[in-house]
Amino acid sequence: MKLTMASSPHNHSQKSVSTLMITVMCACIPGILTQAYFFGFGVLIQLIIALVTATLVEAVILKLRNKPILSTLNDGSAWLTAVLLAISIPPLAPWWITVIGIVFAIGMVKQLYGGLGFNIFNPAMGAYVLLLISFPVQMTSWIPVEQLLGAPIALTDQFSLIFTHTNSAGLTLDNVRTSIDGTTMATPLDAVKTAVSQSFTVSEAMKGAQFSDYAGIGWQWVNVAYLLGGIYLIKTKVINWHIPVSLIATLAICSAIGYIVSPGTQAGSMFHLFSGATMLGAFFIATDPVSACTTNKGRLIFGAAIGLLIYLIRHFGGYPDAVAFAVLLMNMAVPLIEHYTQPRTYGHGAKK
Amino acid sequence: MDTLLEQIELGTLWQFPGGIHPPQQKTLSNDKPIARLALPSKLVLPLKQHIGANGQLIVNKGQHVLKGQALTQPSGNWSLPIHAPTSGEITDIAPMPSAHPSALPELSIILTPDGKDTWTELTPVTSIEQLSHQALIDLIHNAGIAGMGGAGFPTYIKADSQRPVEFLIVNGVECEPYITADDMLMREHAEQIVQGIEIMQHLLTPTITLIGIEDNKPEAVDALQNASKHNPNIIVRAIPTIYPSGGEKQLIKVLTSQEVPSGGIPADIGVLVQNVGTLFAVSEAVFKGKPLIERVVTVTGSTITDARNVWALIGTEIKHLLDSQGFEPVEAQRVVMGGPMMGFTLPTVRIPVVKTTNCILAPDNSELAHAGEEKACIRCSACADVCPQTLLPQQLQWFAKGKEYDKLESYNLFDCIECGACSYVCPSEIPLVQYYRVAKAEIREQKIEQINAERAKVRFEARKARLEQEQEERKNRHSRTSSRPAKPAAEKAKVADALSRVTQKQGEKSAVQAAIERAKAKKMADGSVQPDNSEMMQEREKRKEQARQYKAQKQHDDTPNDSKSAVAAAIARAKAKKAAKLSDDQAIADLDTTKPCASETPSPDETKADPRKAAVAAAIARAKAKKAAKPSDGNVPEEVSETAKTHSDTDPRKAAVAAAIERAKAKKAAKLAQEQGSDEAPHVNNPESGSKPELDTADPVNTEADADPRKAAVAAAIARAKAKKAAKLAQEQGSDEAPIANNAESGSKPELDTADSVNTEADADPRKAAVAAAIARAKAKKAAKLAQEQGSDEAPIANNAESGSKPELDTADPVTTEADADPRKAAVAAAIARAKAKKAAKLAQEQGHDEAPLANNAESGSKPELDTGDPVSTEADVDPRKAAVAAAIARAKAKKAAKLAQEQGSDEAPLANNAESVSKPELDTGDPVSTEANVDPRKAAVAAAIARAKAKKKRKEQEGNDPS
Repeated sequence: MKLTMASSPHNHSQKSVSTLMITVMCACIPGILTQAYFFGFGVLIQLIIALVTATLVEAVILKLRNKPILSTLNDGSAWLTAVLLAISIPPLAPWWITVIGIVFAIGMVKQLYGGLGFNIFNPAMGAYVLLLISFPVQMTSWIPVEQLLGAPIALTDQFSLIFTHTNSAGLTLDNVRTSIDGTTMATPLDAVKTAVSQSFTVSEAMKGAQFSDYAGIGWQWVNVAYLLGGIYLIKTKVINWHIPVSLIATLAICSAIGYIVSPGTQAGSMFHLFSGATMLGAFFIATDPVSACTTNKGRLIFGAAIGLLIYLIRHFGGYPDAVAFAVLLMNMAVPLIEHYTQPRTYGHGAKK
Repeated sequence: MDTLLEQIELGTLWQFPGGIHPPQQKTLSNDKPIARLALPSKLVLPLKQHIGANGQLIVNKGQHVLKGQALTQPSGNWSLPIHAPTSGEITDIAPMPSAHPSALPELSIILTPDGKDTWTELTPVTSIEQLSHQALIDLIHNAGIAGMGGAGFPTYIKADSQRPVEFLIVNGVECEPYITADDMLMREHAEQIVQGIEIMQHLLTPTITLIGIEDNKPEAVDALQNASKHNPNIIVRAIPTIYPSGGEKQLIKVLTSQEVPSGGIPADIGVLVQNVGTLFAVSEAVFKGKPLIERVVTVTGSTITDARNVWALIGTEIKHLLDSQGFEPVEAQRVVMGGPMMGFTLPTVRIPVVKTTNCILAPDNSELAHAGEEKACIRCSACADVCPQTLLPQQLQWFAKGKEYDKLESYNLFDCIECGACSYVCPSEIPLVQYYRVAKAEIREQKIEQINAERAKVRFEARKARLEQEQEERKNRHSRTSSRPAKPAAEKAKVADALSRVTQKQGEKSAVQAAIERAKAKKMADGSVQPDNSEMMQEREKRKEQARQYKAQKQHDDTPNDSKSAVAAAIARAKAKKAAKLSDDQAIADLDTTKPCASETPSPDETKADPRKAAVAAAIARAKAKKAAKPSDGNVPEEVSETAKTHSDTDPRKAAVAAAIERAKAKKAAKLAQEQGSDEAPHVNNPESGSKPELDTADPVNTEADADPRKAAVAAAIARAKAKKAAKLAQEQGSDEAPIANNAESGSKPELDTADSVNTEADADPRKAAVAAAIARAKAKKAAKLAQEQGSDEAPIANNAESGSKPELDTADPVTTEADADPRKAAVAAAIARAKAKKAAKLAQEQGHDEAPLANNAESGSKPELDTGDPVSTEADVDPRKAAVAAAIARAKAKKAAKLAQEQGSDEAPLANNAESVSKPELDTGDPVSTEANVDPRKAAVAAAIARAKAKKKRKEQEGNDPS
């Protein structure tokens, strides 16, 4: 009888890369829905653009690299990158912003380094930073929450804004963004930063229309949604708790200290935690397995350093939000951290 | 803070990091009692079933053995015996596929049960108190007990631990899914296991004994708790079910919080772990006297209809187990020995159960899916999270793929226990464990290579030193030789002079050149077949042995007597020849071979032979004889050369004869090669290719000679003669050489008679034939003599040889007077003699201290011939080429001799042998040939070419095998 030979173990957990990626994408759903609720369906349009582009770019590059296309596409990593980038850019940003971002994320940041598993940087954040630096206007043109808009933007208008830069009435995004009182509505983080730089206190800045009790209207709920998604990921053991917890803890502690030291110029912990991309970054971005630390100790250091960097850049840097920069900076430090955080192997230096 | 012991006694358990929870699947097989298998039709018992050396066989094929009888006895370190699992007959002892992932054949005893299952006499012990410590250890040792948990470490070594044991840990964890063998054993034989524990306690006196059982086996826990109630030193601990808590290191951590130091053993921290199965075996061995001949094996998996535990005799083939339990194989069936995590797939079901076989798992493809395609690592570090050794499998994998061995070691690759948890959880389905295994093997290999390299370095340096020393010695030796009488040197000069004269005279260097060219070409051709001549090596070994004997003899009665040494050389030759012949009992077969060979020659129906050929042969033989005789009689050479003079014109047909001889020889060699071992082909090729050029040489001769059909007859005669001789040699085979001598004598006599009769009718000198016959006689006698003594005193032989050679010389003398006297032949003969003398000298040189006298002797022996040669060449008007040929022969022979001398003292024998064989056929030819007239000198050229070719071939051979 002919027997099949195999090397042990002969059993497998049946977990696969694609199930991991799909789980992460599923965990994004509450956040995406919340975003769509507060900021319109633009995010969904961007998602579709991103997914299509990502599929095409990945396929083309795999073809160029003579790699199996279908099986690699199936791992879902390109789609996850697309999702993360699509939810990071302003919902009504022009379509080419997303396309350029995806091409860069997949083509350069991931595949040029050797594809999944070999990329040093988080592809979505790499692309985000490229876009932010290259197209600052488009990348900061967040529309205010729908409730604050004079008139909600119709779905068809959102389409034409994204694809033609003008809505059916011929207005540009800037025109649309202008609120009823004629001022451009900045994001909460931006508003606070601008206010502080203009010698207003944080509490004065937070009296703006876009603020609720703790953070910006809409933004805090988006963050809550991502927090929920993140908890789900930890629960399903897709990600380890180390990075999000240390990141959030560090950011909270730093901002708390800042708030205590200088309550006038610094926003509190709650504001930092529930503004911008904090929760998305903590649970979905910083935990990208490929570009993050893999030792537990290293993860704690990695997360803490990102938290600290977010705080520092938000407070002292030139950008209102800092998750992308902080993550990219720490991506570079991963090999170093891992080298110094090798765990103690059984039987090594054990107590006798 | 409580002490560790107090904490343990309180029931504290610790945790090891990582671990996984694969599906248990234990209920497949743990709901039925252990069954007993029917006696299989055949048992395959590998000699080695444990870690350590295998025992020595103490039974033979065909022997009948009883159940429990030892089949091997321990020898060396960590060696364990194996026992007959049932009574029966040993039908074979051969390598069989082993129960190892590689299934590499392992020497196994194949036992065919007689069905009676008769026990050998058992000697149970009623109380361990009555046995000494050592007696108990020996008992365990002789029962062949090895760790039955998987590794197969000899139990007697563990039981004899010299270090204090604080914790004796009994491993009943059985964390691998599917396996329930230990579970069922604990349920059914808890008392015996506790007995085994108590024996171990008696031997090791641990502070406390902890039995670790996973909490998924509550029945086993209960059973052991009940069985050990009486012993307060035994604590049964139910530990959390998590794979791989049954790993030795993990279990120690869980039960005692301690960690075995990396690279260490549990004894380093005062812990000793024994598997429950092993303890059961110990109890059986001590209290029932039963050696380890059976064990519990779980036969399980979805393709097994009656999955359960069975008592399987060691050596039972897996096929028997599967068949007994109902096996329904599926597509791409895997059969795993061991569990799904650490077991290995079997290439065949014809593999026996061994002492470490705890489970046979035959899963279908849904319960244990085939491994998927390996994808890129996404560094999710799920592997690191589950690693019970806290390694970084993901990093290790990168390093393993990059072959960064230093990094692998610094990341503690060798602490990996290969539990497979990392591979189990890997979402990319990377076969991590496989990478580690390969990397480990490569690192080990590298280390071995390093060690070897260092050893080689030491060896090289030693060799260099030795060579230098040898060179030094050689230098000294040379200086000693040259400080000997200046006469030889002067003679050498004379020889050189003579040679140059001869060549000059000829003015036809081209012939010589051509001969050299031919030889060279042959050498080239031979080169290709050189590498594998293990065949020849064997032969040479034989000859070496003879040479050694010879040397020993020589040393024994070595005197400054020159004649003796020369004689000794001859003796060596003869001996070598004889030995070669003797060892070759196929010699008779040569007859068959040589005959067809002879028939190959142009016209076998021809009856008339050419007597001149005989003359040439005789000359050669004479030269040889002369060489031997020379030392004893200074005047002889001249006489001999004169004899040579007597030879009439040689005929080209001789060349053909020589060619035929060569062919026959090649055939014989081929035969010889065939009978021997495996690689005869190269050998056959070798002689054949060696003989070809000679044939080619013979061809032109044939054409110009218009193909004398008599050659065929001659060849046939040669073959006959050879066959006779070979048969004779074969006959003696050992003790009584005397008859041979007689035979040889009688063999040569008729020849003589023939020669005599020839005299009357031949126009050439028939006496040559007589001379040849005489030579043959002498040689035969000499050989016989030699064979007779076989030991110390060559003196008589020498005498004999002398007396043997003298008559020839005497015969030669008259010949000179009346023969038509072709002087050129003399030159040839002289040249041959010269070369031989040189060879002998060389031979002697290599032999330690007494080379000088011999060399001297040889030299002096050759000189007179040369002197004779000189006048010969001057007076001869005919064919100067012969001289050239002779020179070529001399050169070739000298070269050969030099080569031979080069390689380590012991190889003279082949030389002697070779020389003998060269001359032999010629001798043989001599007789029948003598009836024919019209011999041509070209034959000599051919013969020379043959000799040359042979020399080259020999040299090649030796070069190929040169030990340095």
